[in-house]
Amino acid sequence: MIFNIELTGEFIAFFLLAVCAIAGAVLALSLTKVVHTTLSLAFTFISLAGLYVVLGAEFVAFVQVLLYVGAVTILMIFGIMMTRHQDTEERSRPLLEALAAVGCIALLGILIFAIRDAGFTAGGAALAADSTREIGRLMFTEMAIPFELVSVLLTVAFIGAVAIAKREEDAE
Amino acid sequence: MNPASYLTLAAILFCIGLYGVLTKRNAVIVLLSIELMLNAVNLNLVAFSKYGVQPSFTGQLFSLFTMTVAAAEAAVGVAILIALYRARATVNVDEFDELRR
Repeated sequence: MIFNIELTGEFIAFFLLAVCAIAGAVLALSLTKVVHTTLSLAFTFISLAGLYVVLGAEFVAFVQVLLYVGAVTILMIFGIMMTRHQDTEERSRPLLEALAAVGCIALLGILIFAIRDAGFTAGGAALAADSTREIGRLMFTEMAIPFELVSVLLTVAFIGAVAIAKREEDAE
Repeated sequence: MNPASYLTLAAILFCIGLYGVLTKRNAVIVLLSIELMLNAVNLNLVAFSKYGVQPSFTGQLFSLFTMTVAAAEAAVGVAILIALYRARATVNVDEFDELRR
């Protein structure tokens, strides 16, 4: 079932970007220095943005680059900068790692079996070509209340983050 | 193209992120692995927005909301990390065990 694929442009792009994403993620867990891990995960995030472009979600891809590569990764690099790291993982815990690997592989097997078993087929109607316009229209009509709630959540979270990081400084 | 390919890729990324959360001791890597898991969920949402039974833009919109919540989570996570570092002078998650003693 997997092997009778036709080599369309979308498949080639999907395959290359998927290999990049998985390679970045696996490399991130195997590298020892924290900064290398962060940059490797930034590579994964960029590959996922490419996958969003392949899926026709250009606006989501743009937000992905802006938010994950531009903000979250840089925030983590600042987090590394503000704290002191003894660059490498010193002692490993083989039992815990083996148990976690077995659990994750079991979960992956269950998920892949469920995905294969569900028999998804591509839907009928195609989406409108101008995804950004449609997202903007939806966001300010049907999804206006969730949009406002998310903006309130973001403000509260950022004020809370500043308060948490600052109050400890006053206490010293 | 089959949506199952995208779902399989998302499952693989989710499991890699889960493995990172469970085994890594550095709090920054744990936070980044959580971001990876959230990204895998976003890929599912966007894939279903194109290849679902009823394609619509709601999936892409929900992935935008997920990204917003993930950004808030990352900001609060780094703030807690810095506060903990000031209190304990370490970033290893298995040394934050005061409640277990």
